[in-house]
Amino acid sequence: MSVTLLDPPADPARARRAAIQAAAASSLRRRKVYSGIGIGVCRVFLLIAVIPLFGVIVYVVSKGLPAWNVDFFTQVTKPEGIPNGGIYNAIVGSLIIDGIAVAVSVPFGVVAGLFLAESDGRIGGTVRLMADVLTGVPSITISIFVYIIWVEKVGSYSGLAGAFAISIVMIPVITRAAETALRGVPGTLSEAALSLGARKFTVARRVVVPAALPGLITGVLLAVARGAGETAPLLFTAFGNQFLQTNPTKPMETMPHTIYTYSQLPYPDLLQIAWGTALLLMLVILVLNVGSRVVAARLGRERR
Amino acid sequence: MNDPIVASTGYRDAPPTMQEAPVEPGVDAPIVMRLDDVSVTFDGRPAVRGVSLDIRRGEVTALIGPSGSGKTTLLRALNRMHDTERSAEVTGRVLLGDTDVYARSTDPTLIRARVGMVFQRPNPFPTMSIYENVVSGLRFSGVRNRGLLQESAESALIAAALWDSVKDRMKAHASTLSGGEQQRLCIARALAVEPEVLLMDEPTSALDPIATKRIEELVVELKDRVTIVIVTHNMQQAMRVSDRCAFLLMGEDKAGELIEYGPTATLFSEPTDPRTLDYVNGRFG
Amino acid sequence: MSRRRRFTVPDRAYRRALAAAAVLFAALLVAFVVAMAVQAVPAFSSLGFSFLWGTTWDPYHGAYGLLSFIVGTVETTAIALFLAVPIGIGTALALAYLVPDRMRAPLSTTVELLAAVPSVVYGLWGLVVVAPYFATHVEPFLTSAFGWTGLFAGPNQGVGLLLAGVILFIMVLPTLVAISRDVLAAVPREQVEGAMAVGATRWQVLWRVVVPGARTGLLGAFTLATGRALGETVAVALVIGNSPHLATSLKSNAATIPSLIVSAFGEATGTQRSVLFAAALVLLVVGIAVNFLGRFFVRSVKRSGAASVAVA
Repeated sequence: MSVTLLDPPADPARARRAAIQAAAASSLRRRKVYSGIGIGVCRVFLLIAVIPLFGVIVYVVSKGLPAWNVDFFTQVTKPEGIPNGGIYNAIVGSLIIDGIAVAVSVPFGVVAGLFLAESDGRIGGTVRLMADVLTGVPSITISIFVYIIWVEKVGSYSGLAGAFAISIVMIPVITRAAETALRGVPGTLSEAALSLGARKFTVARRVVVPAALPGLITGVLLAVARGAGETAPLLFTAFGNQFLQTNPTKPMETMPHTIYTYSQLPYPDLLQIAWGTALLLMLVILVLNVGSRVVAARLGRERR
Repeated sequence: MNDPIVASTGYRDAPPTMQEAPVEPGVDAPIVMRLDDVSVTFDGRPAVRGVSLDIRRGEVTALIGPSGSGKTTLLRALNRMHDTERSAEVTGRVLLGDTDVYARSTDPTLIRARVGMVFQRPNPFPTMSIYENVVSGLRFSGVRNRGLLQESAESALIAAALWDSVKDRMKAHASTLSGGEQQRLCIARALAVEPEVLLMDEPTSALDPIATKRIEELVVELKDRVTIVIVTHNMQQAMRVSDRCAFLLMGEDKAGELIEYGPTATLFSEPTDPRTLDYVNGRFG
Repeated sequence: MSRRRRFTVPDRAYRRALAAAAVLFAALLVAFVVAMAVQAVPAFSSLGFSFLWGTTWDPYHGAYGLLSFIVGTVETTAIALFLAVPIGIGTALALAYLVPDRMRAPLSTTVELLAAVPSVVYGLWGLVVVAPYFATHVEPFLTSAFGWTGLFAGPNQGVGLLLAGVILFIMVLPTLVAISRDVLAAVPREQVEGAMAVGATRWQVLWRVVVPGARTGLLGAFTLATGRALGETVAVALVIGNSPHLATSLKSNAATIPSLIVSAFGEATGTQRSVLFAAALVLLVVGIAVNFLGRFFVRSVKRSGAASVAVA
């Protein structure tokens, strides 16, 4: 017996279907236009987001490169009117201050990272929270904080105070990166070492930290890139110095500080030096950023 | 049986649990979708090759076969879900009624309003209420008429056997429903736009046995309202719910091919192809 | 066997060292807040609380009203976010869904590199390059088109509130985009497909399903961007014009709390210095609270996995 299937759904459903399909067809044009506009706007916004970067780079390079001459790298900062000015003292100051900051921040940050990597409890959570909070602290408050507890107590501005301020910026960054890198080490590695009778410290030193090295290095490089570019923390700590100063207990000039002061002055040749310094600073940061990615890729791959 | 008296009163008033044994499909059931030598390739590598079959109105057609045989890939080609995959290419012809699904002039959005889909894992929109979920398809299609929205929602929820559970909490979030209920919500969502065909991609594989049974019952009930194409890796399920079966198998070049297509009863009891016989007898997974 | 290889530390000492580092960490933050508070106390004890909303800043005559600086901080942040939210979310959507796969990484990196530019370089660029451009082109245009709103009174100086807001926008954009892009891309594929399958256009899928699906994370991105904007010091200080008066026009010179501290701290003594610490304390507390809130939002997205609805 063959069955003639009925027409599909009874009338109310058919009427609905007709109405719905009519609505869909008639609104299609409008919906497609909206879709096109929405998507187009998003792409335009992407373009807008990318333009400032090129704007900054183009200007920094075009205005900064002419400033790069021998004097720029070998002479110290000179006041307006005196020729042959450079930023030698600022370069040295930045190296010393950032160097000290790194020397302090890396051990502290890695140890704190080790602590966090092993603790999932509430204490760990609190410390982690504090590290996160510290990354968002306004940089000017770091400056006046260090001023109050150090500069004022000691009686003078100093490169050390500046380094301390910069390390407050760097430490939370390194800590979080260290924790991530250390957690990435498979637990089996340290378990195997522990089961062989090694002490925790040895396991950390010889197994876990080396295994996490690519991530650690990446984190450190990024933290340095961040710290090297900071100006506000240096304002009331290292303060600035017209002359070359290699003694960290005295005020020192740094590259960000030079840019900051010179950009506010009405003297074109000093302004040019500011651009040149900006170019140098950005180059350093670029190298550190690229370096961190290269390290992450290379060393990470080697260890597989 | 398809009782004319029941049908004439409108599906809405029909008793919700009318179990029907799979009916011997008549040869003059009209064709609602036709596949003509359909192939799907990803980056040039074929996943499905040369499938030709007809989907008949009012039937449940099951795509069966071992995993990897291209069932889901083929299913998703029917409502142009491969469009977003840049490496995918669909050749051959897919006809929905008179419409060439893949013609340049055909808009995929309109096709998808006529060919609905239910996925393997329930995927209600988490930020929308139950009501908003059900009418989402209508809203996307530009339906603004409040009356039409509510009527469609109610009808779809009744058809999905969910109306009684949710009619008092239409504003609640979908996450308050159990897994089986969420899947039925997704079915209601698909039904609300009154599609002509409903594609189901292993709709019960993420559900417990009781929920599975309910969905299977639903599938059989729904076929009067909408033609169903269901992918299932469960042979018993295919036997329980489908009128026709298409058996696909991965060939040597890893592309799925249609081995055999015919009425379920025949395919399982007296298949023509020896490979079908092997599969049906559980000789390979 | 060399003595060096035998060097090891007992477990207990090791754990104590780790804990000490953690304690020092916490101590640092606590010392931070405490030091600020201690320095701020004299201001509160001699001036009460009213200076927080006082409108006149005239240290020579003993007036220490901080309102114009608080308002300036809020105004610059508001301008930055007003621009950053649509542009940031649009950019993030584009990066997550609208660009070819090959271009996703390079474009994302380009946007992220914006964050690597030091604040002081933005300040230099903003002051020397953008400000003149603003004065000669942007401000006249905006004044003629939108002057009727009353927001564009005053001369076209280039520097001022608007420029500070725009530079700030550029600086918070990379953070906003990076987080938003991750959050938007994390919306489960099954949601996207579900919306497609029911007949939505591409934009409808993005706007009605993806963006709402990511809204907690987007809120987190927005909050973190706010935190960054509030605390930004040097770039703003260089381009905002440094005027202690309440800014009522987008073109007027203004000041923020950070820019105030930068300009006034060096020579401040006594009550004035204490007031500056009080201002810093306010900034610090708000900054910490906003940061905390933002991370909470972002973390709750990560914890809920891909926000998939539980299957019973």
